[in-house]
Amino acid sequence: MASSDVKLIGAWASPFVMRPRIALNLKSVPYEFLQETFGSKSELLLKSNPVHKKIPVLLHADKPVCESNIIVEYIDDTWSSSGPSILPSDPYDRAMARFWAAYIDEKWFVALRSFLKAGGEEEKKAVIAQLEEGNAFLEKAFIDCSKGKPFFNGDNIGYLDIALGCFLAWLRVTELAVSHKILDEAKTPSLSKWAENFCNDPAVKPVMPETAKLAEFAKKIFS
Amino acid sequence: MAEEIILLDYWASMFGMRTRIALEEKGVKYEYREEDLSNKSPLLLEMNPIHKKIPVLIHKGKPICESLIQVQYIDELWPDANPILPSDPYQRAHARFWADYIDKKTYVPCKALRSETGEKQEAAKMEFIEVLKTLDSELGEKSFFGGNEFGLVDIAFIGFYSWFRTYEEVANLTIVAKFPRLISWAQRCLKRESVAKALPDSDKVLKSVSDHRKIVLGID
Repeated sequence: MASSDVKLIGAWASPFVMRPRIALNLKSVPYEFLQETFGSKSELLLKSNPVHKKIPVLLHADKPVCESNIIVEYIDDTWSSSGPSILPSDPYDRAMARFWAAYIDEKWFVALRSFLKAGGEEEKKAVIAQLEEGNAFLEKAFIDCSKGKPFFNGDNIGYLDIALGCFLAWLRVTELAVSHKILDEAKTPSLSKWAENFCNDPAVKPVMPETAKLAEFAKKIFS
Repeated sequence: MAEEIILLDYWASMFGMRTRIALEEKGVKYEYREEDLSNKSPLLLEMNPIHKKIPVLIHKGKPICESLIQVQYIDELWPDANPILPSDPYQRAHARFWADYIDKKTYVPCKALRSETGEKQEAAKMEFIEVLKTLDSELGEKSFFGGNEFGLVDIAFIGFYSWFRTYEEVANLTIVAKFPRLISWAQRCLKRESVAKALPDSDKVLKSVSDHRKIVLGID
């Protein structure tokens, strides 16, 4: 398929946008990256995602696919013969991957985001405690899912690795802002090792924002 | 073949109904266990320690939580009987999107509709009407959300039909008169045995919620 067939509407700093970018990299699918300007929404975005008006939106032969984790599954379904499988092959493992991805978006990321907006010290402490509790759940989930391999998905990164790993740059920015390790090797050794391996993956490196650049951006948008 | 499937559920849960429908569509035998939500069983808390919610599907001792995840799991294990997700990747993404939309947009307002009064309930009413308008528009003139075949999005939303009477009564909402296409769609779904079996009587739901509002919440 010609690369002009696949377009992704997104933004470099968005962890949700990172998800389909990693997936497209895993499948070696070239695509045109259409960057939105922070603070405004393009006509194309509003037309392609009228329900949520959010990025990322994948346009495949001009047909839109919305919601980052749904886009990742679509990429896996569509380019199934290319590259490694993104979703696990066993139905129970798939259910676990989907369960933890939903948990990450609904609970873990919500805590991370509320931290960046948190006011006083007490509020910040409460959110850190929430995140650390979440990390403990994810440490156990990692041990269960990985079955001794380096990633949630086994030998290669997959759906759940992508669902969590996309937040690592923002996590680092948050840790710098509070001078506190939220992902702590002492408390969650397996998850910490996984994070390092994830960031070094060739499908991830080109699209993971640099911490310094992201920290600058965060200062700007949260000031 | 005894598959050893247990479903921990609550009779009036529109989420639990999804899983019941999926199991019935596939002709899979399972043990239904009613949970008292004010006194959750040790098994429920053990099998869903993160959310502590129903429905929980337990298959050969292993838990699967979250109704839409359960429905997809069931569809993947029994792919030949009555497929729930379409085979085309774009149509699958489309189905997942709308099922996800229903979950994202109904949970909060529906809770407020049944347990709140005054401004909070009014705000929830506006939200829920928007959802109905959006779903009505998405359904259009099709028989089912996916087209000609009953599938994931229908399963995701049909349970809410058994709550329409309750919302009309306790929240003073107009649904049946305003959304005839959605009502026709619901009647079409109810012709399927899986749906007819899974959905409780609307009046029973209304009585249960009215009693709860009066007795437990102290609302007149």
